[in-house]
Amino acid sequence: MVQHVLTRRGALVGAMAVGLAAGLPGAALAVTAAQAEGLVDKLVADINQVIASGKSEAAMIRDFERIFQTYGDMPYIAAYALGSDARTATAAQKKAFSSAFSGYISRKYGKQFRKFIGGRIEVQGTQKVKNAYQVATTALLRGQSPFDVTFFVGEKSGRFYNMYVEGVNMLLTERTEIGAMLDRRRGDLDAMIEDLKRAG
Amino acid sequence: MPFTRGEYPTPLLRSCAVLVLALGLSACAVPGPGEAPDGIYDPNEGANRQAHAFNKRLDSALSGGDGPGVLSKVPAPVSAGIDNMSDTIRLPRTVVNQLLQARLGRAARNTLRFGVNATVGVVGLFDVASHLGMPEDKSDFGETLYVWGLPEGAYMELPVLGPATERDAVGMAVDVFTNPLYYVLSWPEITAALGVRVADKALTRAEYGDSVDALLYGSADSYAQLRTIYLQNRRFELGDETSGGEDYIDPEALDTEGF
Repeated sequence: MVQHVLTRRGALVGAMAVGLAAGLPGAALAVTAAQAEGLVDKLVADINQVIASGKSEAAMIRDFERIFQTYGDMPYIAAYALGSDARTATAAQKKAFSSAFSGYISRKYGKQFRKFIGGRIEVQGTQKVKNAYQVATTALLRGQSPFDVTFFVGEKSGRFYNMYVEGVNMLLTERTEIGAMLDRRRGDLDAMIEDLKRAG
Repeated sequence: MPFTRGEYPTPLLRSCAVLVLALGLSACAVPGPGEAPDGIYDPNEGANRQAHAFNKRLDSALSGGDGPGVLSKVPAPVSAGIDNMSDTIRLPRTVVNQLLQARLGRAARNTLRFGVNATVGVVGLFDVASHLGMPEDKSDFGETLYVWGLPEGAYMELPVLGPATERDAVGMAVDVFTNPLYYVLSWPEITAALGVRVADKALTRAEYGDSVDALLYGSADSYAQLRTIYLQNRRFELGDETSGGEDYIDPEALDTEGF
């Protein structure tokens, strides 16, 4: 009888364990989705802090570069922007490109974020698509209609690797621009890297 | 079997729709396999680049070269008023198009929005409706054609008017006639309304001056940048997922060794 109860209890515990296990992947995902959203929350808070600091443009751009490097998957963003030309690049060229690109993208997007002065970004929610999280935010700027900014966070890297501003994809846009810069130098990667140090 | 009135559009409307459809269908070419890398189908690139060079010359002539122009000195409340008024003028066109798209809820909301802003908002100067839960919601005949299932067609850059797709170019031409407001206003009022629309465009150019300058004059290939940004943004506005190229960027699918 006791044995029977124990077995029943055992079965119950077992069933609960199975239920928990079944629930776990969902729970684990939710935590990671929350982490992805948390990353964007912190990123947005950092951006807002830099904007509100009232520093000079040069100082702000340095801060934005730090933000990109803290939250962004910079090797991925740089590799994507360089595209198929990365295949023939030497290790030294890749390193030089990454460094120049990081400065370029911070200058370019830092200048755009400066327009957010007096405004704010609100996180709306997170959605998992394949192996990435899409964190939807709304930018509310003074005297402008609100617009959508979506941050993409890699499930594995836990860092943001792309963003869409009103549907405009940073990675695709930057690959187009880097490709054009290379074309202008007739494919000379070293010359393009020198240009990149001054661009943005 | 004869058509009964009320059940079908009037013969005039119907023949207009047929004409537009025929125009649009013949205008919007569909790319063959491999003809649209990265979601860009641009068979007339040479002519488009000429139009782009012309538009850039026009832009720098109008914005007066370096430094902030006169327009950036317009006080914010004035430019906001012009922006709101321009939106109000455009609203009846949006309503007509949303009706054609069978988006009745949005058409009704925009009708109310127009009513509120044109009266309480002092002929559209103040966007009262936004504060009443009816935010700005625009549409045009290019979107109507998208809803009706027409393909996007080739990319084009039009002189003065700027970037478009073949579908949007047909839409722009038809939209000259789709705003009922212009049929009820008198000529001086129409002139004023058109003046507000042009002033709004100029002020918007000034407001986004730095971004537009960076794109047009700072990019290594401003034509290619404008093309990709326009197409991405337009497809996003329409919710068009059929015309794009690469739809998902996998964060783990790249070799980042060395970067």
